[in-house]
Amino acid sequence: MAEYSALSLLKNALSGNRDWKPAWRKPDPKPNYDVIIIGGGGHGLATAYYLAAMHGITNVAVLEKGWLGSGNIGRNTTIVRSNYLLPESIRFYEHSMKLWENLSHELNYNVMFSQRGVLNLAHSPGQADDYIRRGNAMRHDGVDAEWLTPQEISRRVPGLDVSGSARFPIAGGLLQPRAGTARHDAVAWGYARAADRRGVDMIENCEVTGFLRDGDRIIGVTTTRGDIRAKKVAMAVAGSTGQVLKRAGVDTFPIESHVLQAFVSEAIKPFVNCVVTFGAGHLYVSQSDKGGLVFGGSLDFYNSYAQRGNLPVAEDVMSEICAMFPSVARLRLLRSWGGIMDMSMDGSPIITKGPLPGLYLNCGWCYGGFKATPASGYSFAWTIAKDEPHAINAPFTLSRFERGAVINEAGQGPTPKLH
Amino acid sequence: MLIDCPHCGPRDLAEFSYQGDATRTRPDPASTDTQAWLDYVYNRPNPAGRHREYWQHTGGCRAHLVVERDTLTHEIHAVAPVRGNAKSGDAA
Repeated sequence: MAEYSALSLLKNALSGNRDWKPAWRKPDPKPNYDVIIIGGGGHGLATAYYLAAMHGITNVAVLEKGWLGSGNIGRNTTIVRSNYLLPESIRFYEHSMKLWENLSHELNYNVMFSQRGVLNLAHSPGQADDYIRRGNAMRHDGVDAEWLTPQEISRRVPGLDVSGSARFPIAGGLLQPRAGTARHDAVAWGYARAADRRGVDMIENCEVTGFLRDGDRIIGVTTTRGDIRAKKVAMAVAGSTGQVLKRAGVDTFPIESHVLQAFVSEAIKPFVNCVVTFGAGHLYVSQSDKGGLVFGGSLDFYNSYAQRGNLPVAEDVMSEICAMFPSVARLRLLRSWGGIMDMSMDGSPIITKGPLPGLYLNCGWCYGGFKATPASGYSFAWTIAKDEPHAINAPFTLSRFERGAVINEAGQGPTPKLH
Repeated sequence: MLIDCPHCGPRDLAEFSYQGDATRTRPDPASTDTQAWLDYVYNRPNPAGRHREYWQHTGGCRAHLVVERDTLTHEIHAVAPVRGNAKSGDAA
């Protein structure tokens, strides 16, 4: 019997819910591991799970400065999609999508993956052509994409004005039906629990303060809970990448940290049943199961490590959602917050060995880390276990900047705030 | 965030455009040192703390500015016109 099942729910309900096991142990760190993963967020936990499940490497510690899932895995707008233009991105994110589709079953943990569709609205004939081109690129690689006319959009999202008299008239929309949303915290908890059951140690409240070296080689870390040695040290610390790398003596790196805000409105009755993005600006909105509209827009556009944003961007996001859905203008905002994005120089991630011997690096997720969580963990675990990249992360090297082989979806050049 | 423009006085963040790290030095255009170009184009110190950066007062006097700002607190320590304050050889 799976640990979580209808039968176990019933059994524990009858015994007053006193017999559940904690989802993961709280072990003290051992002095030695095969692999240390720095960062107990979605990507670090997924990496630990796939190391244990796919490669049989279970002598692994996940070191987390705060508590598990206390970073961006709990700060995003929960969107999962693989609607990219470039083949490297399509293949990576589609691999992720396929892992998402079986994730609750695989982890025996309901991550509430809801394939409600992601609809990108186009507001001019030129933008429609651009989106159709992207849809064709997706279909070329076997990914689902459909072009919707304004009438079809109106049936799917009745709150939108498709009359042509809207401030930004809707020319059509690109729909990825298999895309959707997932319960973000559950993803962290599900991976943590599944990795714990396979023997991985989750070490919380354990900040990495420095690295142990043998010559150039990284052989462990110093932490607030003592020194820990390992054959391989892997980093998945998102917005803190630059800061942790500095502790390893890497002073400059092709990443800038920026703050991205997100917003939740008060709960309302069912209003929008897919994820909708606004093409005349930058806005993405979906409705949570509790009824709140979950939405976000652009970065604040300046380097920041403060997990809060400024008002001009908040005002801009509000004006965009009101332009798209005038009927939400009187909704009240429930919460807003900021997270620190590791904005890479071409808008694509870095999953690779290096930059020092014994070190492995997973970073550069920009806005898009949440949907990538399964494939990121899968390919990073592969890279750590086999010392070579999986086919899906082979293009996402650190040396691509030097070689001019950047993967730049937005075509914006090395300006991180524009990706 | 308020930026104290040397020409216009303290003005709201919404009037300004961010232009990025102001500590980089562009190599001589004739240089074929690929590491120097890689550092200039792609690599950043990305500090948590004081950051020297370019802003433009696009919604005001349009002057380019060098701002020293704390990336942890958003506190602004210094604002100066780029002219006379940029590193020699800088793009701005």
